[in-house]
Amino acid sequence: MLITKKIGSVMIVGGGVTGIQAALDLADSGFFVYLVEKSGAIGGAMSQLDKIFPTNDCSM
Amino acid sequence: MTLCEVTDIAGRAGNFTVTVKEAPRYVDMGKCIGCGDCTEKCPKQVDSEYDAETGKRRAIYVKYLQAVPLKYQIDPEACIRLQNIGTCGACEEVCDAGAINFGDIEKIHRIDVGAVVLAPGFEVFDPTDSGVWGYGIFPNVITSLQFERYLSASGPTKGYLVRPSDSKAVKKVAFLQCVGSRDENLCGNGYCSSVCCMSAIKEAVIAKEHSPGLQTSIFYMDMRTHGKEFDQYMERARETSGVRFVRCRVNGVEKDGSRDDLRLSYINEEGLQVEEVYDMVVLSVGLQTPKHALKLAYNADIKLTGDNFAATSDFAPVQTSREGIFACGSFAGPKNISQSVTSGSAAAAAVSDLLAPARFELSADASFPDEKDVSADGPRIGVFLCHCGSNIAGVVDVEALGEYTATLPDVVYVEQNLFSCSQDSQDMIVERIQEQSLNRIVVAACSPRTHEPLFRKTLKTAGLNEYLVEMANIRNQNSWVHTADPEAATSKAKDLVRMAVARVTCSDSLKSISVPITQKGLVIGGGTAGMIAALNMAEQGFEVHLVEKTDILGGNALNLKHTWSGQHVPTEVAKLVDKVVWHEKIVVHREFEVTAAEGFVGNFKSTLTGRDGFKRTIEHGAGIIATGAEQYIPQEYNYESITRVVTSVQFDKLYELNEVHVRRAKNFVFIQCVGSREENNMYCSKVCCTHSVQSAIGLKKENPNRNVYILYRDMRTYGQREALYKQARKLGVIFINYELHGKPNVTENGLVINVEVWDHILHRPLKLEADMVILAIAIRPMSDASTLSKLYKVPLGGDGFFQEAHAKLRPVDFSVDGMFVAGLAHFPKSIEESVSQALAASARAVTLLSKREVFLDGITAIVDEQNCDGCALCVDVCPYNAITLVDRIADDPDAGKLIRVNQAQCKGCGICQGSCPKRGVYITGFTMEQISTQIRAALAA
Repeated sequence: MLITKKIGSVMIVGGGVTGIQAALDLADSGFFVYLVEKSGAIGGAMSQLDKIFPTNDCSM
Repeated sequence: MTLCEVTDIAGRAGNFTVTVKEAPRYVDMGKCIGCGDCTEKCPKQVDSEYDAETGKRRAIYVKYLQAVPLKYQIDPEACIRLQNIGTCGACEEVCDAGAINFGDIEKIHRIDVGAVVLAPGFEVFDPTDSGVWGYGIFPNVITSLQFERYLSASGPTKGYLVRPSDSKAVKKVAFLQCVGSRDENLCGNGYCSSVCCMSAIKEAVIAKEHSPGLQTSIFYMDMRTHGKEFDQYMERARETSGVRFVRCRVNGVEKDGSRDDLRLSYINEEGLQVEEVYDMVVLSVGLQTPKHALKLAYNADIKLTGDNFAATSDFAPVQTSREGIFACGSFAGPKNISQSVTSGSAAAAAVSDLLAPARFELSADASFPDEKDVSADGPRIGVFLCHCGSNIAGVVDVEALGEYTATLPDVVYVEQNLFSCSQDSQDMIVERIQEQSLNRIVVAACSPRTHEPLFRKTLKTAGLNEYLVEMANIRNQNSWVHTADPEAATSKAKDLVRMAVARVTCSDSLKSISVPITQKGLVIGGGTAGMIAALNMAEQGFEVHLVEKTDILGGNALNLKHTWSGQHVPTEVAKLVDKVVWHEKIVVHREFEVTAAEGFVGNFKSTLTGRDGFKRTIEHGAGIIATGAEQYIPQEYNYESITRVVTSVQFDKLYELNEVHVRRAKNFVFIQCVGSREENNMYCSKVCCTHSVQSAIGLKKENPNRNVYILYRDMRTYGQREALYKQARKLGVIFINYELHGKPNVTENGLVINVEVWDHILHRPLKLEADMVILAIAIRPMSDASTLSKLYKVPLGGDGFFQEAHAKLRPVDFSVDGMFVAGLAHFPKSIEESVSQALAASARAVTLLSKREVFLDGITAIVDEQNCDGCALCVDVCPYNAITLVDRIADDPDAGKLIRVNQAQCKGCGICQGSCPKRGVYITGFTMEQISTQIRAALAA
C-alpha cells in the first residue's frame, strides 16, 4: 500500500456555530484551518436569532 | 473564505484536494473599511435574506451589522450597474477607499487538506406551496425565523411586535407546531425537527416580555422539550409567563372578515370544533438539509439517510460514509445549538485523531504587538458607550450619558457604538487607542463575564496591557432591570461609568503567568462516553488514565440491546472495551475511585483508591468526568408488590431470555415518564419514549396478535426517531395519552393486572387488562456525584447532574479550567449523543494537552510581606487551596509565619483579601486603592 504523508490542515465547509466551533478547536490543537462559507459572512442561522435559552443572551 | 462553495473533493483521507469556487464580491476586501457609505447611496432595495424577507437590504450590503468579516458585497442579481453596464455606479463614486471593483470575477481554488468537515447547516422549510396555513397569501402568517427577526432589536421593526400588514401592535399570536416536520403528506418531511417546540416556547415568552399583555397560544401534537432544563422552562412558561398550550392539529388558517385578522379552526380535546381569531400566526417551520448541501453530498459521494441527513453510525456520529470526511451540526440530523456546538467539537476530535502525526506542521501562533509601557504616563482614558441595539439605548439616554462622560477627569475621548462587541467596533477601538494615545479604556456595555475577554484582546491588539480595561455593566444591571424608569436608568448609568472611570485610573499593567502542562488525560468513568473519550485522546498520542469504579467496563450500555437506529450495542461495546484494554497509551484502573484531587489546569494530581485501600496518584493536565447515571427504582404502580410489573431494563432482559411470562403474555402495557417530568424531578429522561416504542415494535413484529399499549404524556421520538413511532402505529401499537394529574392506576386482580387510565379521545376511563406492565423508568444522577463535584470544584445543576460552563456555547466545559463532562453524567441522552459529547470533551481536552504550557489570568492574590503576620485566617477560607502557611525565614520557626500563594491555583476570587484584618494580601486588579476610589466615586453623585 502506498503510504503518503498526511497533510496538517483541514477544510471546514460551513461557517455557522458548528463550523466555527470545529474550526476553533482544530486551530487550538495545532492544525491549519480553512473555514469555507457560502454567504458573505460567518455566523449562520444562530446570528439571526433574537435571544437564546436559557440565559436570554443576545445571539451575537 | 467567504462567498465560497466546495464543488469537488478528490483524494483520500489525509490527502484531499478540494475545489472551491469563490463568487465575485465586487468589493476589494483589502480596501473596504466597512464604513457603509456605499449602502446609504445605493438606490436598489431588495428583500434581505438575513431578515428572512421581513426587511430590506440594498444591492451593496453586509449580511448584518456585526458581520465577520465586515466587508461589503454586491448582489449581482440586484445591482443596477452589473445588470446594465454604463448605468448607476453610485457606490463607486462614494467609496473613498476605492474598494468597488465591478470587474471582479469568479475564482477557482484548489486546496490540499488532510481532512474535510461538512457543517453546511440547515434551511427552514418553506410553507408557501403547502397552501393550508395561508403562508404567502396572508401577510400576518409568518415563519418562526421571521418572528425571531421581528423580536430582534436589529430586525425590521427594531424589536417592536407589530403586524406586517398594517403595523398594528400584536395582541394575540398563535404558534403552529410541526410545519414541515412529522408530516409526509404536506411537506415530505416525516422526521421531527427537534428544536421547534423549545424555540416556540422561547419566542412566546420573549414576545410576552416585549409586549406586556400579549396573548400567546401554542398548538402542538407532542411537546418535545427533552433537553436539559427544557421541561422546567416549559412549566415556567405555562405557570409564570401565562403561555397557553393547546394539544391539537389546526385544520387551517383563514382570513377573518375584511380585516387582516386570522381565523383558526380546530377540534379541541373535548371533541368540539372551535374557532379563534388571532392578529398573527407563527408557523414553527422545521429544519431540512439545504439544496446546496445535497448537491455537495452527491458530488463528494457522501451517503445520506432517507430523511436526507448525512448517514452516520451511533458509535461514530461524525464519521460519514467516506473516510476522512466528517459531518456535524444539523447536516447529521436536526440539532439545537448546544448539540451542534458539541458535534462541531466532536468533528474536531475525529479530525485530530486522523491527522495527529501532522499536528503543528502548518499552524502558527497568533502574535500581538509589543506592549507599550504606560506606567510613567498620566491617565488618558477612552470611554466607549454601547447601545446594544435597543437593549441599552431603548432605555438609557446614551447621548446625555456621552456628554456627561466627557466631563469626567482624565477622560479624553468618548464614542458611542451600536454594538461595541462587533468586529468593526473592535477595529475602531484599536484605531482610537493609537490615534488618541489612550492608555486606559472603559467600555460601558454588558457583563464582563461574557465580554471582558474580547475587550482585553482588543487592547492587546492595540499594544496596550490587557488589564487596562474596565467594563461598566449598563445593560444587565441597569437598562434591563429599570426599563420602566428611563430617567433613573440614565442617572444610574452615569454613576456606573463614573465608578469605572475612577477605578481604571488606578489600574496597573498586569502580566499573565505561564505554567507547564502535564500532557496526560484522566477520564473518570469506564462507560461508553469514558471509553470513547479515552480512546480518542490515546489515538492522538496522549497517555490516558481511565478510572472505573466497578470491575467491568461498559457502564449503562451493558443493559442495552439496540441503539435507536438498530445498531447492536453489545457488539459495539465489546469492540470498544477490547480497543481500550489493549491500547498502549491507556492505563485502566478498575475497581478504583478518585478520593482526592488537587492542582489546576494543566497540573492536576488525583489520588485513586482501590477497593482494597491501595492508593495511586495520577498527574494529568486535563480531566473528563463521564461517571454516567443510575436507574430510578419505582415506588409507584405497585412495582414492589406485583411481579409482572417490571422496569424497562428488566423487561429487556426477560425478553432476551424468552422468559415464560413474556412468552405467554398477550397484553403488554408500557407506562412512560415513570420518575420523570414531575415534581422534584422536572426533567425528561429523553431515551425512554424511543426505547418503549422499539420494544413495542419488537413485540408486534414477533407476534401481531399481541396487544401492545403505550401510555404516554408526550411522545418524544425526536429527530429521525419519529420513523419508529410511525412504524409502531402502523403495526397496531395503541398509544394512549395521559396527563400528570390523571396517572394510570395499576392493580393486581388474580392472574391479570388492571390498568385504569382516562382516555382523552373517548372521554371516559379506560380499563386495560394486562399480562405485563413495563415501566419506562427515569435516569437519575449518580448518588455520589456530589463527591466528585467537591473534589474538583465542578458544579452540579439543580437536578443533580453535572453543570456545564454554558448551556449553549460551552456544552462540555466546566467553569473550572481543564475539566470537562460527557455522557449521562451531564444529562440523560442517547448513545449517539453520549459519543458525540465524549469526542467533544476529548477535543476540548486536547486543545490543552497539545500545548506545553498554559497562560493563566494575571488577576491573582499577592502577599504583602510587611503586613502579613501569618494569622492564617485566609488559609481556611481559600476555596482553591491556593494558600499555605510557611516560616517567614526557612527553618527558623522563631521568625514567625507568613502565607504563600500558589499563583497557578489562585483564581483571584478575593476571599482572602476580604478576610485579612491587616491588609496582608491583595488581589491585583482589585487593590484597596482601586476599590476605595471606585466607592468614593459611587458616593460622589
